[in-house]
Amino acid sequence: MANAVILPTLSMIDQLPLLTIAVPLIAGPLCVIFGNRHIAWGLAFLSSLLAFLFSGHMLLQVIDGDVLSYHLGGWAPPLGIEYRVDAANAFVLFLISGISTVVLPYARQSVAHEIKKVSHTLFYCCYLLCFTGLLGVVVTGDAFNVFVFLEISSLSTYVLIAMGAERDRRALTAAYDYLILGTIGATFFVIGIGFLYIATGTLNMADLAVRLADMGDNRTVQAGFAFIVVGMGLKAAIYPLHLWLPGAYTYAPSVVTVFLAATATKAAIYVLLRFMFSVFQPDFVFELHTLTWIIMPLAILAMFAASLIAAFQTDLKRLLAYSSVAQVGYMILGIGLATKTSLSATIIHLFNHGITKAVLFMVVGAFVMRVGSSFTKNLNGLGKQMPWTCTAFVIGGLSLIGVPGTAGFISKWLLIDASLKADLWWLAMLIVMSSLLAVVYVWKAVEVLYMQQPDEGSSAKEVPMSMLLPMWIMAIACVYFGLNTDLTLTSASVAANSLLGGGVQ
Amino acid sequence: MIDPFPPAFLFFIGAILLLLLPKGSPRALVGIIVPIIAAMMVWDLPTGVGGEVQLAGLTLEMMRVDKLSTIFGLVFCLAAFLGNLYAWHVKDTVQQVAALAYAGSAIGAVFAGDLIILFIYWEGTAIASVFLIWARRTEGAFYTGMRYLIIQIGSGVILLAGVVLLYRETGSIAFEKMELGTLATWLIFLSFGMKCAFPLLHNWLQDSYPAATVTGTVILSAFTTKLAVYALARGFPGTELLIYIGAVMTVFPVFLAEIENDLRRVLAYSLNNQLGFMVVGVGIGTEMSLNGTASHAFAHILYKALLFMSVGAVLFRTGTSKASELGGLYRTMPLTAIFCLVGAASISAFPLFSGFVTKSLILDASAENHYTIVWAMLVFASAGVLSHSGIKIPFFTFFAHDSGKRPAEAPSHMLWAMGITAALCILVGVFPEPLYALLPYEVDYHAYTTYHVVGQLQLLLFALLAFVFLMRTGIHPPEVRAVNLDTDVIYRRFLPMLIIKISNIVSGLWAFGTWFTKGKADRLVRTLHRSHGPEGRMASVWPTGAMVLWIAIILTATLLVNFIT
Repeated sequence: MANAVILPTLSMIDQLPLLTIAVPLIAGPLCVIFGNRHIAWGLAFLSSLLAFLFSGHMLLQVIDGDVLSYHLGGWAPPLGIEYRVDAANAFVLFLISGISTVVLPYARQSVAHEIKKVSHTLFYCCYLLCFTGLLGVVVTGDAFNVFVFLEISSLSTYVLIAMGAERDRRALTAAYDYLILGTIGATFFVIGIGFLYIATGTLNMADLAVRLADMGDNRTVQAGFAFIVVGMGLKAAIYPLHLWLPGAYTYAPSVVTVFLAATATKAAIYVLLRFMFSVFQPDFVFELHTLTWIIMPLAILAMFAASLIAAFQTDLKRLLAYSSVAQVGYMILGIGLATKTSLSATIIHLFNHGITKAVLFMVVGAFVMRVGSSFTKNLNGLGKQMPWTCTAFVIGGLSLIGVPGTAGFISKWLLIDASLKADLWWLAMLIVMSSLLAVVYVWKAVEVLYMQQPDEGSSAKEVPMSMLLPMWIMAIACVYFGLNTDLTLTSASVAANSLLGGGVQ
Repeated sequence: MIDPFPPAFLFFIGAILLLLLPKGSPRALVGIIVPIIAAMMVWDLPTGVGGEVQLAGLTLEMMRVDKLSTIFGLVFCLAAFLGNLYAWHVKDTVQQVAALAYAGSAIGAVFAGDLIILFIYWEGTAIASVFLIWARRTEGAFYTGMRYLIIQIGSGVILLAGVVLLYRETGSIAFEKMELGTLATWLIFLSFGMKCAFPLLHNWLQDSYPAATVTGTVILSAFTTKLAVYALARGFPGTELLIYIGAVMTVFPVFLAEIENDLRRVLAYSLNNQLGFMVVGVGIGTEMSLNGTASHAFAHILYKALLFMSVGAVLFRTGTSKASELGGLYRTMPLTAIFCLVGAASISAFPLFSGFVTKSLILDASAENHYTIVWAMLVFASAGVLSHSGIKIPFFTFFAHDSGKRPAEAPSHMLWAMGITAALCILVGVFPEPLYALLPYEVDYHAYTTYHVVGQLQLLLFALLAFVFLMRTGIHPPEVRAVNLDTDVIYRRFLPMLIIKISNIVSGLWAFGTWFTKGKADRLVRTLHRSHGPEGRMASVWPTGAMVLWIAIILTATLLVNFIT
């Protein structure tokens, strides 16, 4: 592996799938070795930027439908571990590394404000490990390797969430809850992989797909499928497996919440997509039934129940957390419909919701910094005192609702289109109706920010430029991807194609 | 660059430019110059379709120019000019920006080449206009604005739903003549109807217009409903249902207007009634009737603005627009009184005033096509208009019993705005040919025949007689201070009651559900966490247990579904 890093430029391009993972993985321990918080931040930002450039480059390579296959250590699959990049995971890699690159400049001030100085190097180290884990989960083409990276990201996530304890001790219980549940989820996942290994004798996803093709009525395979779906569903926070999420998002440090909300559940959704449509065949009878009887009802339940809960929240951070659960509902609704359009909708919503939630949580982080709280009762009239921050919130909120001209509209439009194409017009109505609930909870925040008079003696001022700028980059991205859909639509539809056809070449 | 350049953008640029200028005259000047330039642009627009933009794989047409859209575009520019001139004294940035954005959206919608663009501007008018209501900055105005916004946005959402369905059915988003029949077209029809204030969908109009600022109402009265009339004329000409809807629309506001005390509400009702004439014209759908609709919309925007301006000037000077508190103002506001009378004469369709040459087109079209009952209703409504707008407004404001108020004459810019509008009303009435030349179809029509003039005068004189008779005998409903509840009682009274009922039920169920699940979860937690000791507070540990339960349930369900197949 050390060799890989210093290979000449020409073959660097071929090493990109590995480099994307290796750079942050190595940078993480380096942070601790240097032991200086400024260097740690620099390393984190640099490796994140590199990973972003690498994944951007890979996305351009695969956007025409090609597949990059990297054999780790030169061992050929199915025996060796394969990193396999097609449009689906390149797009998710692009999202994760992009979010991380924008979040880190924001993190500098926010972390300085929320976490004591001694822990900064450890924070950035954990952050990088979590980042590595998420990228690894997405990039790898090996089922067991997914589990390994999942554990890397999960373990570091528990630590990151627990770091919120300086502000609120409840972060500890939130981290503990997530630890228990995340472990159960990962265990289920590895049990599922185990069943598949028993049935087929292979762990490579492409190879699994080939061997599973005619094993549709094998009980072991069916049980494996159920375990994988539930295990990953837990990481993806499919309602009602979401209970860890509100606590974790609410009490984690602001930066961690931004990063996790925009990336972690997205990676899990990607794994679900990959297993359901590439490894298993969507025409397996048992899978069809799972989609119809489990996934779809849960998706609809999430859209409404979680949005309703969000509408009653008094803490803006918790409100947005529940809204995330509702939005995951839209994503798995696309999975449940299992058509090409609906999968495109899932993938594009994954991206659009990532950038939307990044803006919103960044704004909340700014409130926490200036007001010291994210409870709506403390945010009265901030629209006047922090105009730029609040405007960014409004843009993000509009995108969350799905107002035309914002990114959120594109994905909801596609989802509605998919349900109409499947002749489920009632489903389209439900999507629109649940979007109205989003109007309720976004309006709730807007009303507090703009319609109330500022509290007596409140002197909140705008956050520093280093936080404002990332916030606005994401806010502009929300509008940009709502108007120019070339990149997102093409990537999503190529990705949907490669998911549906990728496994059976 | 979009070619041809949409005049709507000019308004948006103006609205932004305005923010950069110092407060006062420079800003007001922008509000006046922009409509003039826009009007010249509209005049020179080449006929045809253009301004293609690509959005999410769809090709959208920003601009569709033909005679129907041009006449509406022109009169909207004219209305924006007059409204902004009238509002010269306003120093409120919100109102100035909103007025420009609102006019721009309405003009953009009129030139929209397809349904998506129409939808975008449709929502634009809703959002921009609500600020003219909120600009009053009272709590009442805020809630009225919210009600208004909900209905207007609702109309947009229904439009969008219709467009999506239509696109699914036909694969086209073209904004052409549609036939009622499918869910898609019904939804679009409903959305147009909401904005056009169809009977039972109308109460937002009387609710919100009188609640806006003095100048805001003048601006509001011009655009939203006429945009809806345009949309109907474009999308549903010749739809017979519209004839009956329109006929009902002309008649029912007459009664409500008669008993209303707030003069701006009276005008809002008569606005509703005038829309009815236009809707009938669309419904008949012949060339003559569509000409009638277009020309009536043109004339109507002017005289209705004039009436709102004069009542607004009174409100501006005296602080009230209630008939019971006004009277005898002609002594100190003679010019305003004269302009009000011109507006009243126009709306009542006196010969030589604008209403006469346009309304008779619609009346004749209904008679020619043998809609006798409809014709009779329209004639009755015409008499009603005379009574409540033509006589009641000027009579109770400027004459009647002396209220003792001696306000100063309206400010000069208001007088100018009213003067120009009044002059236009008379010009159109005396020389209708230039207006006829603008109409969508060839016009071969003469308003000033003996039959028309005599017939109309008979009608007017008898209505006048009736008013005098009612006043003398004391049968005419006295002007009393009261809020008349219209169908808005549904959302002012019943809906809140319903919502409270529902929320009681929901919160009851919620409490029961929490109590139930919590009870179950408690037991589970005790089993699962007995070994972990009693360190956990209930609140922090029970989610873990409940969560694990959920995992088990979902896993079991998934396994069952898998195995049963």
